[in-house]
Amino acid sequence: MQKKMAYSFPDEVLEHVFSFIQSDKDRNAVSMVCKSWYEIERWCRRKIFIGNCYAVSPRIMIRRFPEIRSVELKGKPHFADFNLVPEGWGGYILPWIVEMAGAYPWLEEIRLKRMVVTDESLELIAKSFKNFKVLVLSFCEGFSTDGLAAIAASCKNLKELDLRESEVDDLSGHWLSHFPETYTSLVSLNISCLGSDEVSFSALERLVGRCPNLRTLQLNRAVPLDKIATILRRAPQLVEFGTGTYAAELRPDVFSNLAGAFSSCKELRSLSGFWDVVPAYLPAIYSVCSRISSLNLSYATIQSHDLIKLVCHCPSLQRLLVLDYIEDSGLEALASSCKDLQELRVFPSDPFGAEPNVSLTEQGLVAVSLGCPKLQSVLYFCHQMTNSALVNIAQNRPNLTRFRLCIIAPRKPDYVTLEPLDVGFGAIVQHCKDLRRLSLSGLLTDRVFEYIGTYAKKLEMLSVAFAGDSDLGLHHVLSGCESLRKLEIRDCSFGDKALLANAAKLETMRSLWMSSCSVSFGACKLLGQKMPRLNVEVIDERGPPDSRPESCPVEKLYIYRSVAGPRFDMPPFVWTMDDEDSALRLS
Amino acid sequence: MSLEEAPGSLESDVTSMRFEDTELTLGLPGEGRSPAVIAGVKCSAKRGFVETVDLKLGSCSRAPSGGGDTHVNEAGAGKPPPAKAQVIGWPPVRSSRKKAINESCKYVKVAVDGAPYLRKVNLGVYSNYHDLMKDLENLFTCCIIREYQLISLSLICIHLNRKADREESKVMDAVKGMEYVPTYEDKDGDWMLVGDVPWKMFIESCKRIRLMKSSEAAVLAPKASLKCSGTC
Repeated sequence: MQKKMAYSFPDEVLEHVFSFIQSDKDRNAVSMVCKSWYEIERWCRRKIFIGNCYAVSPRIMIRRFPEIRSVELKGKPHFADFNLVPEGWGGYILPWIVEMAGAYPWLEEIRLKRMVVTDESLELIAKSFKNFKVLVLSFCEGFSTDGLAAIAASCKNLKELDLRESEVDDLSGHWLSHFPETYTSLVSLNISCLGSDEVSFSALERLVGRCPNLRTLQLNRAVPLDKIATILRRAPQLVEFGTGTYAAELRPDVFSNLAGAFSSCKELRSLSGFWDVVPAYLPAIYSVCSRISSLNLSYATIQSHDLIKLVCHCPSLQRLLVLDYIEDSGLEALASSCKDLQELRVFPSDPFGAEPNVSLTEQGLVAVSLGCPKLQSVLYFCHQMTNSALVNIAQNRPNLTRFRLCIIAPRKPDYVTLEPLDVGFGAIVQHCKDLRRLSLSGLLTDRVFEYIGTYAKKLEMLSVAFAGDSDLGLHHVLSGCESLRKLEIRDCSFGDKALLANAAKLETMRSLWMSSCSVSFGACKLLGQKMPRLNVEVIDERGPPDSRPESCPVEKLYIYRSVAGPRFDMPPFVWTMDDEDSALRLS
Repeated sequence: MSLEEAPGSLESDVTSMRFEDTELTLGLPGEGRSPAVIAGVKCSAKRGFVETVDLKLGSCSRAPSGGGDTHVNEAGAGKPPPAKAQVIGWPPVRSSRKKAINESCKYVKVAVDGAPYLRKVNLGVYSNYHDLMKDLENLFTCCIIREYQLISLSLICIHLNRKADREESKVMDAVKGMEYVPTYEDKDGDWMLVGDVPWKMFIESCKRIRLMKSSEAAVLAPKASLKCSGTC
């Protein structure tokens, strides 16, 4: 029985107050204040984010939160992007859709990352959720244009269809025609990942023409340059636009038509696409460049001087994705022209070449760190680095929150002093006190991990490859990094000791991935037995781990906390290290 | 700690190549040009992307007159670059990006008869014959000495760029009037005249390019029945 206190609010008032609290962290905090707040909060939570789909089951989610409208789920570990997770590992969305179809008829939004989505799942979504509005599929796979056709045909209130970089089976280009003629609510469409024949242009044109609220449109490579003007003239209100191929024979009439179409787009702030660029057509976008805040040229194979010309037209640039064709000279130009730059990603044009094919070195990154005071987020592929450059970068840019450096050759030392890069990365973690994400590369000893454990107190995600000498390295990280949520390690000589000594830490993290390290099967078993709230999964394509000695290192290890117990959809090459009792914990 | 490769070797290879690049002293065989003049032509003038593509400097041996393999060693290094064993998932580039790169990255070697070194160009950055030929012309400026020859290469550019049916005589005129004919080796190993097939087909089938002396071009089995009148 609940005592009515003079100062307690009626539930409706509390619910109204809670409706202003959007962040998951705050919602979770609210729910822990007392039982009645827990109850009120769980009935009015509308949005849920599940960072690991195996950490909880659909039933548990539904039981606690009966009125969800928006679900975000992530499946495979991050290293799946680089082919380290074998095919068939898991991350299936269908069981979730099946449960939610019954429990959440008013579900509006589904956002998925690295999950296996089938046409059956898409058809079930189309059929089950009458007010479905948003579908975002990032790095997903397993579906075809048939599934998309089902979504297009049935979701009358669809606002957003974003396929990010998913892998889609192209069966027919006519799925787009399944949007009925009466459908006009499209706000955002990203089909940039689709292949050559996966969209009918005339259907696209009609769709764009009848959706006045369209803000984001990202075309696929197959859409030719001379069609861009047609599209833009139908949607001059676009804020984000992604071209298809940006190449054609240079013709003055096509050029002026294109330039005219771009100049009529007064709201345009973000551009992407730019496959197969013919530099002579770049000036067609100059009229919008002064307002552009985000530019994705990471598929544009154009030379430094063309990139420089373009970048110098974009003083408002906040985000730039580009290939290393930009070279040091281009980055220097960027540093002097784009003072609002917050995020820079430089991708390798020839990642597997034996030698550098472009003149992009550590100097380019130093220049940007010096010239761009708001720079927070860096992803940089290069062939060489020095400790002193890293120290410079750290001192120039203590406001960095994400720093991912990939020196292409593994274990490469400072090319001037031939020392490991421990001191350089140490400076990064020491100066950049708000660093949340860090990826290491180059020659690194245990010392770098000592720096990280000592200084990187806000670090949430760490990626390590070909680094460290001993378990001490791993121990520094696990014992020192208070905010660590995700740790992914490959090809390091870390073994059992640090892992077992820091077993409790693993329950405070979302997940740990270790591949080609020295963790033994015996240690995995022990961990699985001692830590019931962890799922310890061994991935080994050589056959059952118990067919080899216990001291034998496992190929790959994925450990994550879970309230759902071990999963049952594992392929033959994944073994769970839980003890027999765990079956009782399943909901 | 063990290192993957000898420290600094890769970098010093690159540095030494670039250094030598700015000090061209080799001349074309039989041309009798003084080294100073060639150095003065400033091949390094066109710095930028083009200069940073793979450059294999010639050894002192005479460039063979035949079309085949004009492989040369890197200047200064006694060994070829260490073969990079491909590690799974490294460098960490997504497969969608790798695919896109492969589709747009098409490096081929370009040789000019009589020139002491090859160049590599990425066909993926061009969208038509005209741009390609223009760049090739720039690349080999120091080798194609006479203005006459430059003009002639441009003539070929213009002719190739025309989508309209080429009259045989026009092509023959262009070829007659010039020293070098742009040819390429296709997937089947046949040597073809650059410009015979649509651009997309060309970049898919081209394995390497050779600017051939037109006296040699007579032995090509051309698509158009092209007969070079020899004394070019």
